[in-house]
Amino acid sequence: MDFSTFLIQLLNALQYGLLLFLVASGLTLIFGIMGIINLAHGSFYMMGAYMAFSLTALSGNLLVAVIVGIALSALIGFLLEWGLFSRLYKRDHLDQVLLTYGLILIFEELRSLIVGDDVHGVPIPELLSASIQLSETLSYPVYRLFMSGVCILLAALMYWLIRYTRLGMMIRAGSSNREMVQALGINIDLIYRIVFGLGVTLAAFAGILAAPVSSVYPGMGNQVLIICFVVVVIGGVGSVWGALVAALLIGLTDTFGKVIAPDYAGLAVYVLMAAVLLWRPEGIFRRI
Amino acid sequence: MPLAAKKKRNYLPLVLLVLALFPIFGSTYYNELIAKIMIMTIFAMSLDLLVGFTGLVSFGHAAFFGVAAYSVVLLSPKYDPGNLWLVLPGAILTGAAVAFVVGLFVLRTKGIYFIMVTLAFAQMIYFVFHDTPLGGGSDGAFLNVKPELRIGEKVLLDLNEPMQFYYVVLAFLVVAYVFLRVLLRSPLGHALAGIKSNEHRMLSLGFPVFLYKLAGFVTAGGLAGLAGFLSACQFGFVTPEILSWHQSGNVLLMVILGGMGTLNGAAIGAFAFVVLQEVFGALTKHWQLLMGAVIVTVVMVLPGGLSSLPRRLKGLLIGGGARNG
Repeated sequence: MDFSTFLIQLLNALQYGLLLFLVASGLTLIFGIMGIINLAHGSFYMMGAYMAFSLTALSGNLLVAVIVGIALSALIGFLLEWGLFSRLYKRDHLDQVLLTYGLILIFEELRSLIVGDDVHGVPIPELLSASIQLSETLSYPVYRLFMSGVCILLAALMYWLIRYTRLGMMIRAGSSNREMVQALGINIDLIYRIVFGLGVTLAAFAGILAAPVSSVYPGMGNQVLIICFVVVVIGGVGSVWGALVAALLIGLTDTFGKVIAPDYAGLAVYVLMAAVLLWRPEGIFRRI
Repeated sequence: MPLAAKKKRNYLPLVLLVLALFPIFGSTYYNELIAKIMIMTIFAMSLDLLVGFTGLVSFGHAAFFGVAAYSVVLLSPKYDPGNLWLVLPGAILTGAAVAFVVGLFVLRTKGIYFIMVTLAFAQMIYFVFHDTPLGGGSDGAFLNVKPELRIGEKVLLDLNEPMQFYYVVLAFLVVAYVFLRVLLRSPLGHALAGIKSNEHRMLSLGFPVFLYKLAGFVTAGGLAGLAGFLSACQFGFVTPEILSWHQSGNVLLMVILGGMGTLNGAAIGAFAFVVLQEVFGALTKHWQLLMGAVIVTVVMVLPGGLSSLPRRLKGLLIGGGARNG
């Protein structure tokens, strides 16, 4: 492997890792703050990717897909929390597992009913379709760099939101003591609804962003979900930092695994998980 | 509810009698359906040992079912019947051995972690069979001839015969049921129940909690292996799908749907699931949509599962009291 190949793989690993982080951060946020285990999180990712496909096909513009997609998924997240999840906070994790498993089936079939079971591609927007020449023979697509940039920006935005804003303060307080926050006159139900909507939107947005580079196909949500579980297990449940570190680690393992031993790359990520579990059963970082 | 407790009847002999006489009246289709339900009941009971009795919510139980099913194909000769003396213990041991290795890792974690880690490990095993040529890759493999039980030249049992297969499944269901009943009354069963209600107390009382949990996990893996063996024999082929997380989700669903922590609940759940699958499947190719709707409805309005339904109805009729069951 020469240097520019290495550089390309490194950029790919970074881009994949950051995308995983975007999905996994929503998962770990929803769990860390609301105590909800959401198996349907991958379905939101799939929903985003299919929105990117359908909306660009309708409007011919990815930007329209992004704006409408975000609005739609926020609304769907809001409605789901209001109609279903808000009634499950006091229940066992098992009930949440069951509910979200049911939701997966519903989402998968709705997808099949609405857009069918074909594999689709989404064109890269013209503005970002160029490539950067790394050496005489190797070039790197701008869109992938753009993806990484957007993910980093969103991560920073999320950090700022949770750390420095009034809403973030209420979210953090609500995660440690729901009753106390409520007693202070803050509408905790609304806050939870916002957090859940945010988590859903993050996953859907990751799906929209990924659609032009990975094709849009049935079952894509489940694949992402399980990798996200591995991210959360390695990083530590409820830890956004842990999710970032773990997602990048997995990006590296998966990308370089495919270069070094293509036949066993699918397993490399799980070997990494097993190793981390032996070392620290609760993940690398423990809490927010 | 002392009233209901006093009135509790034992329907088991009746159920057994119906199951034993069923093939005399049933058609081939229904015999196969009932056999499938019985196999799924064994599978669901094995998971209930973990979920309902030990408090370990495993979302990767299909792994043990699946590897055992694969082992049946791998241990059988290509064009001759496999030897039941070898294939059956082989499948159960495979399920138990894989559960032992997975258990060493996953039992270090707890609660929500456990759910995710079991799912991830099962997915890893799924990829082993999906991505390598070991079991025919993503196409799966056929079990051309089903195993038979021979002593010398005499064939005692031939699983290729549907009737013989049906009664073999029924016999194993009874064996598994009795085995679990005995196990749950044994010191191990009591220790598992203790772990479910308060793990810390068990630890401070000096119980080797990890070893007990591992023993429970391996037993459940072996029983799931038995179900996997029977399933491979019934359908005559294996695909990676039998190890998939949908399979794990479905069996967890059976346990919760029926009401966990009771072996009868596992049977009710398996029955309800397979029947719903058949009915919805006949209605539409998007049957999972209806299944999903049923799941969501059950969670929202019927926590405690189907087996709590009579109690709830009774509670409603008599005038409340049992609503939170």
